[in-house]
Amino acid sequence: MVPYAGWEMPVEYSGISNEHLAVRTRAGVFDVSHMGEIEIAGKGALEAVQRISSNDASTLKVGQAQYAGLLTHDGTFIDDLLVYRMGPSHFMLVVNAANTAKDVAWISEQVKVAGDAAVVDSSSRYALIAIQGPAAREVLQPLTGVELSDIRYYWFSYGEVASARVTISRTGYTGEDGYEIFVPPNMADRVWQALIESGRHADVIPCGLGARDTLRLEAAMRLYGNDIDESTTVLEAGLGWTIGWKKVDFIGRDRLLEQKERGLARTLVGFEMLERGIARQGYAVVSDGQHLGHVTSGTQTPFLKKAIGMAYVPMALSAPGSSIDIDVRGRATKAQVVPLPFYKRVE
Amino acid sequence: MPYPTDRKYTKDHEWIRLNGEIAEIGITDFAQDQLGDVVFVELPDVGRKITAGESFGSIESVKAVSELFAPMSGEVLEVNPALKDHPEAVNAKPHETWMVKVRLSDPQAAGSLLDSAQYETLTHA
Repeated sequence: MVPYAGWEMPVEYSGISNEHLAVRTRAGVFDVSHMGEIEIAGKGALEAVQRISSNDASTLKVGQAQYAGLLTHDGTFIDDLLVYRMGPSHFMLVVNAANTAKDVAWISEQVKVAGDAAVVDSSSRYALIAIQGPAAREVLQPLTGVELSDIRYYWFSYGEVASARVTISRTGYTGEDGYEIFVPPNMADRVWQALIESGRHADVIPCGLGARDTLRLEAAMRLYGNDIDESTTVLEAGLGWTIGWKKVDFIGRDRLLEQKERGLARTLVGFEMLERGIARQGYAVVSDGQHLGHVTSGTQTPFLKKAIGMAYVPMALSAPGSSIDIDVRGRATKAQVVPLPFYKRVE
Repeated sequence: MPYPTDRKYTKDHEWIRLNGEIAEIGITDFAQDQLGDVVFVELPDVGRKITAGESFGSIESVKAVSELFAPMSGEVLEVNPALKDHPEAVNAKPHETWMVKVRLSDPQAAGSLLDSAQYETLTHA
């Protein structure tokens, strides 16, 4: 167990590699109750969300979710989040645990400007249990009356799981198909136990933060604090698809538009190590002794069995196939830029 | 897992097994358990001099990288060739998986290292 944003979190149960492979080949169950939930409701809720979120929430139907950035005026990340449309004028933002307080403060301040909406930190009302992997549906389906095949990717539904009132969302942070289940905290253990029991025949196992990190990295999902933060813009992070350019306005828009027109100086790329060595967060990207950028995430992946990572590099080195060197504890180690994601599931 | 009594230990969680002036060095069960799945062991070249208390290589698990510290000083005679393709042996059999064989410059210095009982106490601290 490790302290994490005020929570005691398990890094691993049976080993990161074992858990990682379970999710890629069967399924794994994660307790991600640390994630924060912020609700915005009221007549002006849509306008408020449109102002603070990079993505265009007006395209969301009730029951649908989208990935977005919560941005500074510079177009950099205060946080990244999922925006759920619970009702026409009711949204729930799922945010990073470590950022929840900061997000609530920022959003409350901005919503005052946008108009008539209430902002509530409802993190303590939800535990969050994820089941991820190709066997996720067959494990979860016997526990609920909700027809899971009716929930499309990035949609959600309400119902019961193991007799607990829940919200079931077809989302995740692993690159696999799966579900995230919002459940009242006093029922969380019940849902967890039911999933483990239902998954026993398929060898479904509990998974910790360690596997969550290696899985999301293979899928090239950005991690706040590593790959994105208040010093990196949405465009630099390669997340331009989360920008709702058609919206009238949102915080950060002007700077992003400017950056888009001027062109980027650097961007986030994926790389694979060509020589033995593992790049870790903070290692320098170098060439002829020159410091060109830095690694934001890196590991040896259990499934692809390669040392991979993501790094910010100058545009000239960003094309797949480009050669870069990573300074692995004083030794320049060869790597190659590759397309993202590293892993994509077969539909 | 019991700590074998045929060797000495360091507070940095390495073990060293002496046979005259030749010694094998590895990491303990406690160390491998803390590291998690080992994916890469970086070892010095044969012939390199290593110095007690100083780093002679590194060991990487999925989650982190750690330095390997030399329990005693000497010259590397051999590195375990099996670790290149099977680093996971460190997790499976930490006390049978030596990393380097060293010709010690001062075998008597082993007296200052921990014995298995002292080491075990340390891991419960």
